Amino acid sequence: MRVLVVGGDRLVYFVSRSLTNRGYAVTIINRDREECTRLARTLDATVVYGDGSMPHVLEEAGAWDADVVLAITPNDEDNLVICQVASVHFEVPRALALVNDPDHEETFRGLGVMAVSPTQILTRLLEQRMTFEDIEQFIPIAEGNINVTEIALDEDSPAVGMNLQDIPLPEGALIAAILRRGRPIIPGGATVMRDRDRLIVITLPDNHEEALKVLVGDSNG
Amino acid sequence: MPKGHPSHSTAEEAAREPRVRREGQLFVVVIGCGRLGSLVANRLSFRDHHVTVVDQRSGAFDALAPEYSGFRLEGDATEFATLREADIGQADVLIIATENDNINLMVGQVARKIFNVQRVIARVSEPRREEVFSELGIETICPAVLVGDEIVESLHRDRSLGRQEDS
Repeated sequence: MRVLVVGGDRLVYFVSRSLTNRGYAVTIINRDREECTRLARTLDATVVYGDGSMPHVLEEAGAWDADVVLAITPNDEDNLVICQVASVHFEVPRALALVNDPDHEETFRGLGVMAVSPTQILTRLLEQRMTFEDIEQFIPIAEGNINVTEIALDEDSPAVGMNLQDIPLPEGALIAAILRRGRPIIPGGATVMRDRDRLIVITLPDNHEEALKVLVGDSNG
Repeated sequence: MPKGHPSHSTAEEAAREPRVRREGQLFVVVIGCGRLGSLVANRLSFRDHHVTVVDQRSGAFDALAPEYSGFRLEGDATEFATLREADIGQADVLIIATENDNINLMVGQVARKIFNVQRVIARVSEPRREEVFSELGIETICPAVLVGDEIVESLHRDRSLGRQEDS
């Protein structure tokens, strides 16, 4: 898979590094000549110098053959245009924009661009953590209409020792997977929850809190 | 706010008052009060149109003429709230004249597709970006192209005159 990453600073470095580690072919577009040299030296990636929102620069970076474009510059307007040029002009199948202003997430979607807002993710995660200490990960998907949450059970969790089918989960909440000593299990009705299990739970915003309360108890109480 | 000093009122106050327009009067919002934006805002205001000019640098409004009678709004046009405060949904024309092409392109699309502004004209500084704007349905004016064309045209005019004189 060919990934085109546009942006700079540590964010681009770390994102590109984790992508190359996973075996993706990465091309970086950066508008600082010195940084380009540095990135090219330290990463196993192709580096192109230029303004990634300019069509000729995207073309030079191989936009026609790219599977994904990630626009992660610090400027929301640049990220929008990069994604639009990539998808409208070069027909790149997937383009993802980083947004700093969380309101832009919806605006960009209205303009046909998929956007991620770290501000939004961090705020939601923080809110969740303040309510439940046992949350390991929290990922809202489908415009925030579905939550995927990873929680850790401990000996005090009410669900420990119960069969999946006996756990009084609210309707529409689902334990999708269990990580037991690092091994993934897809649970059935007879699967028993154990101390230190990590559960991947799918909930709707409406039943989210109730579902977590049933599984890990009220950590604030 | 006293009625006699409209130039000191905020756009927000303007939005609250129903906009009564005279025949032929346009409500124009200008984004960016640099050289181009302030020139357009001044001229439209002199022609009695209803103008609101938006810029995030308060010092930018110094470029407006003392006789400018429209509104000034300090704010970042890439923020939804600023556009709403400028009441662009009611505008007949939106002129986007910041020096940043991508901001102009973004604001232009938000205005067209989300606020349904009838006419949006965006300045584009980099001629090679004009194609992108047109692919995304935004009407543009590129000062570099206008000036460039004019120079070539005038040279051409001189030469053809010269040729006529030769023959």
